[in-house]
Amino acid sequence: MKIDVLHIAKLANLVISETEAKKFENQLSSILEYIDRLKKVNTENVDETSQITNLVNVTKNDDTSPSLTQEEALSNTKSKHNGLFKVKAVFE
Amino acid sequence: MNSIKAVKEKLLKKEISAKELTKSYLDRINKYNKDLNIYLTISEKEALEAAERADKLLSEGQDLPLLGLPIALKDLYSTKGIQTTASSKVLEGYIPPFDATAVEKLKNAGAIILGKLNCDAWAHGSSGENSDYGPARNPWNKEYTPGGSSSGSAAAVTADLAVATTGTDTGGSIRLPASFTNTVGLKPTYGRVSRYGIIAMASSLDSIGHFTKTVEDSAIMLNVTAGKDNKDATTPDVPVPDYTKKINENIKGLKIGVPKEYFIEGLDLEIRKAVEDAINFYKSQGVEIVDISLPHTEYAIETYYIIQPAEVSSNLARYDGIRFGNPRKDFGDEAKRRIMLGTFTLSVGYYDAYYKKAMKVRTLIKQDFDKAFEKVDAIIAPVSPNMPWKLGERIDDPLKMYLADVFAAAVNLSGIPGLSVPCGFSNGLPIGMQILGPQFSEELLFRLGHHYEINHDFYKKEPEL
Repeated sequence: MKIDVLHIAKLANLVISETEAKKFENQLSSILEYIDRLKKVNTENVDETSQITNLVNVTKNDDTSPSLTQEEALSNTKSKHNGLFKVKAVFE
Repeated sequence: MNSIKAVKEKLLKKEISAKELTKSYLDRINKYNKDLNIYLTISEKEALEAAERADKLLSEGQDLPLLGLPIALKDLYSTKGIQTTASSKVLEGYIPPFDATAVEKLKNAGAIILGKLNCDAWAHGSSGENSDYGPARNPWNKEYTPGGSSSGSAAAVTADLAVATTGTDTGGSIRLPASFTNTVGLKPTYGRVSRYGIIAMASSLDSIGHFTKTVEDSAIMLNVTAGKDNKDATTPDVPVPDYTKKINENIKGLKIGVPKEYFIEGLDLEIRKAVEDAINFYKSQGVEIVDISLPHTEYAIETYYIIQPAEVSSNLARYDGIRFGNPRKDFGDEAKRRIMLGTFTLSVGYYDAYYKKAMKVRTLIKQDFDKAFEKVDAIIAPVSPNMPWKLGERIDDPLKMYLADVFAAAVNLSGIPGLSVPCGFSNGLPIGMQILGPQFSEELLFRLGHHYEINHDFYKKEPEL
């Protein structure tokens, strides 16, 4: 299985250099080759398991409770303006 | 030996104050950490303040389960006011404005937090070498890995740089390092301990556990951390017993299964012998040993290395360096590999062949255990097929590193608990076995582990630093 590392990196919002791409391509291909063994397992009529707690539709009351102050929420950002997070424009 | 039980007795008898105790631990950390690289952050000021509060409560005759006990946390646990990095440069400088639920519970139980422990970055790894801050070293031999990803947590307990420590186990990250360091490691049932505030690796697999010097200590810790949490919707409302209560009950008449798929060619002969000796010990105690089969074990690693990176790619998508932390370019190689692997297996055209297929095989793996537990009460198996390896030996071969989890991953996929208990040594390096049981059977695991432990001396052995 060949993997287009530069395309995948773009989907994953990662910046990868050409040299890194070569290295990752080799490593990821050998990992994919290994996990391809799974194809041998007969899974006809087998349900999927996405979680194993047996819990379904866990809900809670929509009550307010103490949460972070605005100051605390902003305490780790390097980019803020007037008490808000400042980000690059999404649309021109 | 400074177990929770022993140290607590000293504190209650006023042989030592919490402050003196905390200072002695801080001295040890300052003396040995340079060599062992176990602690990433030492929270000296906060620890001494907490010790003073503990001494006040002790003098008032208060009794809390962990009052005055110096512990340390894997650096995945959010700690209010104390840097939390997940051992990644992406989070360097990040100071959480809140505590994880488990941290809150440990603090409320009177524990003193000495600091934050080294691990593989984002818990991705089996040796601790994927840490962006250099690997923690195995106190039994500094050339060797203490196992990972909770490398510092395991090393800290065996080196007595904390009375107990916390870890996370997504595919063996507690049991493997416990087995490499002569410590007791508990991977609780998925959902037994809240994941809230603990940096997520793979959300359907992450189990929140701990390292201790004895099995009884492990039960004491779980008494504190277990239970439903409204902030984590995957914590079922199952009652939390006093896990120490039945620890001394007789084990005669119990049935232990020995799965043939865990005693395969390639299993280190010394490990095989140590685990078989343990099985024979149980037999001599009136436990019935039953040969069982878990036929889908051989596909656990493949299944795990599809599901886990898929969840990793989704969880690590949130780190954009905007609200906290640093840009995505700061991710190390292993995080990049897993993000890309997960992005690939979830992408259009490949989802059915990889992710959907893996979720189906996960069902089969879970069913193997369900069927086995109709016949037996618990299962015993080696934790790792190999002895600890030398630092650097596997770092250039990610696939070889992944295969270290071969006996561990099925347990996470099934959500069942596993207790790693020391069961021997080979060439001065420790060996561990895992005792597995059905979901929420921790009481039974502690009982079996404790019975083995008090009849053997492995837990008393400490490394020369």
